[in-house]
Amino acid sequence: MASRRSAELFSAALAGSADVTELPIRLLRACSDALPVTGVGLALMTERGPAGTIAATDAPAAALEDLQFTLGEGPCVDASRSGRPVLQPDLAATAPQRWPAFAGGALAAGVRAVFALPLRVGAIRLGVLDLYRNSPGALSAGELAEALSYSDAATLLLLHLQAGSPVAGPPEESMPVLDDRAEVHQATGVVSVHAGVSLGEALLLLRARAFAEHRAIRDLARDVLDGVVDFRPDGESE
Amino acid sequence: MAREQRLTRVFVELADTLVEEFDLVEFLQTLTERCVELVDTDAAGLMLDDQRGNLQVVAYTDESARLLELFELQKAEGPCLDCFASGQPITNVDLGDAATRWPVFAEAARGVGFAVSHAVPMRLRRQVVGALNLFTVAPVQLSPEHLAVVQGLADIATIGLLHERAVRDQVVLAEQLQTALHSRIVIEQAKGVLSARGGTSVGEAFRLLRSHARRTGEALTAVAEAVVGQRLGIADLTADPTGPAPSP
Repeated sequence: MASRRSAELFSAALAGSADVTELPIRLLRACSDALPVTGVGLALMTERGPAGTIAATDAPAAALEDLQFTLGEGPCVDASRSGRPVLQPDLAATAPQRWPAFAGGALAAGVRAVFALPLRVGAIRLGVLDLYRNSPGALSAGELAEALSYSDAATLLLLHLQAGSPVAGPPEESMPVLDDRAEVHQATGVVSVHAGVSLGEALLLLRARAFAEHRAIRDLARDVLDGVVDFRPDGESE
Repeated sequence: MAREQRLTRVFVELADTLVEEFDLVEFLQTLTERCVELVDTDAAGLMLDDQRGNLQVVAYTDESARLLELFELQKAEGPCLDCFASGQPITNVDLGDAATRWPVFAEAARGVGFAVSHAVPMRLRRQVVGALNLFTVAPVQLSPEHLAVVQGLADIATIGLLHERAVRDQVVLAEQLQTALHSRIVIEQAKGVLSARGGTSVGEAFRLLRSHARRTGEALTAVAEAVVGQRLGIADLTADPTGPAPSP
């Protein structure tokens, strides 16, 4: 699902940015400029709910993330839980029934439409990209497709940041993680059981080891599946 | 069983899954498997357009079909891509005779043992949204009747996409594709988890997931999510072993 378009968008945010902490806001500004939305926010999510705001293009976008973090409800919480986009083109009409606590705060902050796009690698929940408008109105199918490309670029970005600078190579290196690489996802499942960690941590372990051994993550995944490489703690087997 | 009977049975099976708890990936997976059985071919793969300039493999009957589909995408040549670009079926292609048309793909397909390839388009009104690819080991051609069945199944795959839109609000093709691909990833992650817990191959792990979904009437993706979320263990899946389900 890392389409060529999302790779382009990610690379554009990466290009010319000396400071890795600038990356998220560059991507969000590009997204906000490219689409008919007022602002964009990026939140970290875990299975337990919102885990904090990474970046926001303006004050209402930041308020939107803070509200959901504080209340534990809202479109971004639902998007992360369901793994599907939650599209609310007219918040005043729909939000009060669906998220009573969130609705008041969001409308007070001037938010009238929200498009919450989940950032995930299969069952691994990484975060949510929230696009908002200060007037009601839907995104067209083409605009939504572009928004989804930004959400994939944001997923690549989170994987890139999560790994820290050692693993954070050029985009080509992080791409296979999101690409259709069945072996990598299968090996992630195997490593999570052997190492006794979550799928998200298992994917990080795989990427870190591939980086340390200067190998393609796919080759390492193949070895994990063939039992050649083992992530069990020392002294344990079968 | 007579072919008409088998055909009827498959149509009923697929129609039965067009319910509210519809699972697009499982639907397309079942469809590729039944297609191979109905028209005596050896492997099938299905690609969908992600509406953002890429085709993506969402269902396949075995690993060789999946790898060939990926190979097509990487090398940007092959029957599925041509079929998608032209919107026309490209059927009964002798791969031994396709070196000019698809030099790299034809060699790779013959390398894994396939002699003949077929591709038919998935159409949604005037838009081509994907393609269904079939491969045969024996150098035999499909009859016009068989090809009609294959096109019929490709049309049913499109109906699956439309059905998902009907049961979900505001869903657009690009989102359907993104969600389908993540469902596919969850299934792969669950195969890994299950194989590590049970000491089995990933292929066997998939059969366990599949037969549990069938037995309980749950969606395959939901079963996979329950496995990675540790709500379903290896004991739950092996408790009532029914016969072998199709691979992978």
